[in-house]
Amino acid sequence: MMARFTALLALLLTTLTALPAAAQTGPLRLEITEGVIEPLPFAVPAFVGTGSGGQAAQDISNLISADLSGTGLFREIPASAHISRITSFSSPVQFADWKAVNAQALVTGAVDVDASGRLTVQFRVWDVFAGQELGSGQQFVGTQDGWRRIAHKIADQVYSRITGEGGYFDSRVVYVSETGPKDQRAKRLAIMDYDGANTTFLTDSSSLVLAPRFSPTGDRILYTSYESGFPKIYVLDVANVSRRQLPTQEATMSFAPRFSPNGQTVVYSLEAGGNTDIYTMNIGSGSSQRMTSAPSIETAPSFSPDGAQIVFESDRSGSNQLYVMSSGGGEARRISNGDGNYGTPVWSPRGDLIAFTKQSKSRFHIGVMRTDGSEERLLTASFLDEGPTWAPNGRVIMFTRETQGEQGQAGLYSVDITGRNLRRVSTAGGASDPSWSPLQ
Amino acid sequence: MTFLKTMILICAGLSLAACTNPDRFGDDAAGLYGANGANGAGMAGSASDPTSPAYFQQTVGDRILFVIDTYNLTPDAQRTLDGQAQWLLTNRDYNAVVEGHADEQGTREYNLALGARRANSVQEYLLTQGVPASRLRTVSYGKERPIEICSSEACYAQNRRAVTVISASPNS
Repeated sequence: MMARFTALLALLLTTLTALPAAAQTGPLRLEITEGVIEPLPFAVPAFVGTGSGGQAAQDISNLISADLSGTGLFREIPASAHISRITSFSSPVQFADWKAVNAQALVTGAVDVDASGRLTVQFRVWDVFAGQELGSGQQFVGTQDGWRRIAHKIADQVYSRITGEGGYFDSRVVYVSETGPKDQRAKRLAIMDYDGANTTFLTDSSSLVLAPRFSPTGDRILYTSYESGFPKIYVLDVANVSRRQLPTQEATMSFAPRFSPNGQTVVYSLEAGGNTDIYTMNIGSGSSQRMTSAPSIETAPSFSPDGAQIVFESDRSGSNQLYVMSSGGGEARRISNGDGNYGTPVWSPRGDLIAFTKQSKSRFHIGVMRTDGSEERLLTASFLDEGPTWAPNGRVIMFTRETQGEQGQAGLYSVDITGRNLRRVSTAGGASDPSWSPLQ
Repeated sequence: MTFLKTMILICAGLSLAACTNPDRFGDDAAGLYGANGANGAGMAGSASDPTSPAYFQQTVGDRILFVIDTYNLTPDAQRTLDGQAQWLLTNRDYNAVVEGHADEQGTREYNLALGARRANSVQEYLLTQGVPASRLRTVSYGKERPIEICSSEACYAQNRRAVTVISASPNS
């Protein structure tokens, strides 16, 4: 897996300079608002394959379509409805043919695999109704087995040129893979592409593991393991899958870790004598600082993207509620005010919202609220939803949903922040505790 | 970690069911012996021998239950813990790990913290009964190790528990 990673990191992104500099952005624009959105119709006719790139051309265009359709913001015009066939990447686009099938956006491309196995992919995005290119053509070069990443990168480009926002397709998810019945469940860490492809296991299931969390650059993962017999926080290096226990102070357990936005501090919970409080640790020096000291439970801390604040849950009021404190310490202010219990708050990468788990009247919800607690909005409802994680662009949330009863099993779902487009994320077997990486 | 080593040695010596199935939950050392605890296997020794861990588990009672979202000890629980303290004071060759558990209603993090509170309540009670602190440890499993798997109160009530898991003392 790591060899593949290294090869992909060498992937090149270049602008096609030979083309006319038609970089003028046309009127095609999808404003993502809170209102009901009519998905924008698009077409990705099969990319033109040269060399031995025929199969890759088909696969890449299909994956770009799947990425875009999967957002719920775009609707694919299927190949069976296309009038024009794209047989040459450089030939002029017959806009009338694409208008006729109502494809507002068109993505064309060419894929070449040369004798050495090098994969070169070129693409252009077209505003069909304006009859012009949206942005400028680009080229990606990589290894053949990196074709999925290139397709995701192109889909990210298409998404961001049309919406004006960052994409999230070229990203990974670390989660807990679950096997076995409820009373004998085995858990291990797994990592996959955001769409469930390319799964690799990072630990075996000899020790219970919980709640992995990516570092801000995706190079490390914090998680809790019972490897020592007691819950302790570990940090795992993704490149070489080596791990070490964090030097938290002597106590019964340490858990619920998350990185600060600069990757140098870990905020976590430490329990001693039955009481759980929040601490921060400088991951370089290993020195910890106590952030809360109340007899109540303080846990599930998460930094704001500017690193200045920490949101966490506490039952100091008698029920579980969300609080925000300065990351320098000091008094916390309560931000959640509804009925029920609030937990696992996570600050959005944009800084504008906090996602959370809410338990109310025997149902669980994933919700979002503004950082001052206003405009609370519940996005899901089920027997057991918990543990939201944000897509890199702050538009989509992934979470754990566990089904009820003796056969109950956990799986991953995603939903966008308006509550639309609830989807099951494909995983092999049970899965819980997802953590979304940044864009790679 | 001396504590862990000792537990593994004793485990081998008694050939406990949990040890003969080491792959069941792996080797979460703190839970190797719990009949009603994390690793749910049987206990060695004869239940008719009052000095055996099996007697502690079956006759004294190795677990107590909690009311939903609480960690205080009910009168029933206190009676069981009185028996546990008595047994531990009589059988000084054994140490105990108190496991705290929660039902599945609640987030993973909160349930871990709640399980720790429950385990600590038991530990504190045993301390007040004279069991030396050096012979007690706690661990929380949160909602990770239910013994009953239905999603109704009948099962939840059994899962909201603290289990006192006996192991041989390093000095025995």
